[in-house]
Amino acid sequence: MNIVVLVKQVPDSSTERVLRTDDNTVDRASASNVINEMDEYAIEEALKIKEEHGGEVTVLTMGPASAAESVRKALSMGPDRAVHILDDALHGSCALGTSKVLAAALRTLDADLILAGSESTDGRVQVMPHMLAERLGIAAMTGARKLTVDGSTLTAERQTEEGYEVLTASTPAIVSVWDTINEPRYPSFKGIMQAKSKPLSVLSLADLGIDPSEVGTAGATSEVVEAAKRPMRTAGTKVTDSGEGGVALVEFLTSEKFV
Amino acid sequence: MSEVLVVVEHSGGVVKKVTLEMLTLARELGSPSAVVFGEPGAVAAVTDKLAEYGATTVYAAESDEIAGHLVAPKATVLANLIGQVSPAAVLLGSTQEGKEIAGRVAVKLDNGLLTDVVSLAADGTAKQPIFAGSTVTTSKVTKGLPLVTVRPNSLTPSPAPATAETKAVDTTVGANDTLVKVVSRAAEQKGSRPELTEASIVVSGGRGVGSAENFKLVEEFADLLGAAVGASRAATDSGFYPHQFQVGQTGKTVSPQLYIALGISGAIQHRAGMQTSKTIVAVNKDAEAPIFDLADFGVVGDLFKVVPQAVDEVRKRR
Repeated sequence: MNIVVLVKQVPDSSTERVLRTDDNTVDRASASNVINEMDEYAIEEALKIKEEHGGEVTVLTMGPASAAESVRKALSMGPDRAVHILDDALHGSCALGTSKVLAAALRTLDADLILAGSESTDGRVQVMPHMLAERLGIAAMTGARKLTVDGSTLTAERQTEEGYEVLTASTPAIVSVWDTINEPRYPSFKGIMQAKSKPLSVLSLADLGIDPSEVGTAGATSEVVEAAKRPMRTAGTKVTDSGEGGVALVEFLTSEKFV
Repeated sequence: MSEVLVVVEHSGGVVKKVTLEMLTLARELGSPSAVVFGEPGAVAAVTDKLAEYGATTVYAAESDEIAGHLVAPKATVLANLIGQVSPAAVLLGSTQEGKEIAGRVAVKLDNGLLTDVVSLAADGTAKQPIFAGSTVTTSKVTKGLPLVTVRPNSLTPSPAPATAETKAVDTTVGANDTLVKVVSRAAEQKGSRPELTEASIVVSGGRGVGSAENFKLVEEFADLLGAAVGASRAATDSGFYPHQFQVGQTGKTVSPQLYIALGISGAIQHRAGMQTSKTIVAVNKDAEAPIFDLADFGVVGDLFKVVPQAVDEVRKRR
């Protein structure tokens, strides 16, 4: 099975994240950048499927030059090769533009199965798998907490508000996964060493036949007009329980009209 | 007045709160028209509620193909409807499915999309909290009409009774819309509690709760307050509570009127999912726990002493 895993480099969500002051895009240059956490589960799922059914795992990313670090890190977990879409004109792409570029790259990769994390921790927009499915005319099974591959038939359990849905589709398909689906492996020392020599091809917009005016800030279909930092929350009253803590809590709730 | 399309979220004949919030918002922008997807017969059950909140038109998109396949048929029907009625704006819930439908419609119509908005003005500008609520952006769609997903609990829904006319919608879909079959749907325990992202009050437990068994105390307090139950990642990863109730960066984002954190230290992973709550209350043994930095009221103490006492006290006051 030919599997492509979508990987995004994002600013570490455990550090302070900011927008650039010049164009209100995510400040990636000053951030501490990491692999989007949810993508590690997609990589793990791809490797498990490869181990069971054979095939090849390709990591696909779109991002600035610094994203190459995250790609190498992804490769150290075990995928075979990587493709990095790199072009200055991509800066500021909206979801629609990003999906156009990723879809063009995916057309060249001929995947049976495309795996992705259910969301990225920077944008949390959650639309990419369905946007890609729409463009590629393939199945999208999103929010999977379990995935079974039987030949060309895929069965997934999709987490919903009420419980879960069981979905089936045939390959080619795109599946996005939640962090409940598996436990990602840690890269081994050997994996880290091997990752350095695994093939990493770089594609530009010209390679994909996309006009720069259709993507990036130039082709964005939405814009941030203004961005404001929210004032930090401040600590309120803190009491130490000496036998009346529960009563004090309820008094507070009553004063705020919750009780 | 131009129409504003509101895609209805409903389950088992009950309209979800986010839809009532969207109808309330839509009334500020134009004439609200509700779009209901479901199996044949599903629409009649929800029409009255939609009219009560101001829907003057209910577009009924009923078919087995819509009910039996994931998302894609809904997007096709919605995109066609948008083409026919040229609405002033299209609102969907900022839920997994709402975002997914919106994403597909955005591609079909080559139309910009804004997700997770908490307000939308008549000029099309929307406010979006980003980076776990630490920054708020004012954004707008610059290509096409305002296609936005609205975060639950962003405004207070208010009724404005109207007479709704039901209109059947063309539900023809394409071959690519039926690639993913929904084989079955299963409900998991939740009982009569409100949905996590919609609840006005959320009571969450963390590592400090200690066990799945002990989560009964969290549930008891929640039920007493009519609240939803949430859990930190530490609690769900330890198997104390099911994953779908996780609040945080990799779980649900909630923004209730009141958030009560029990035995939760307040790691950034958790704060990302709850720090836009209106009022925050915390109980934790560790006086230095970061959760106290954002709590409006904090009790430093053993939650197994503080919470049972609070439960008794609430009962006494009623």
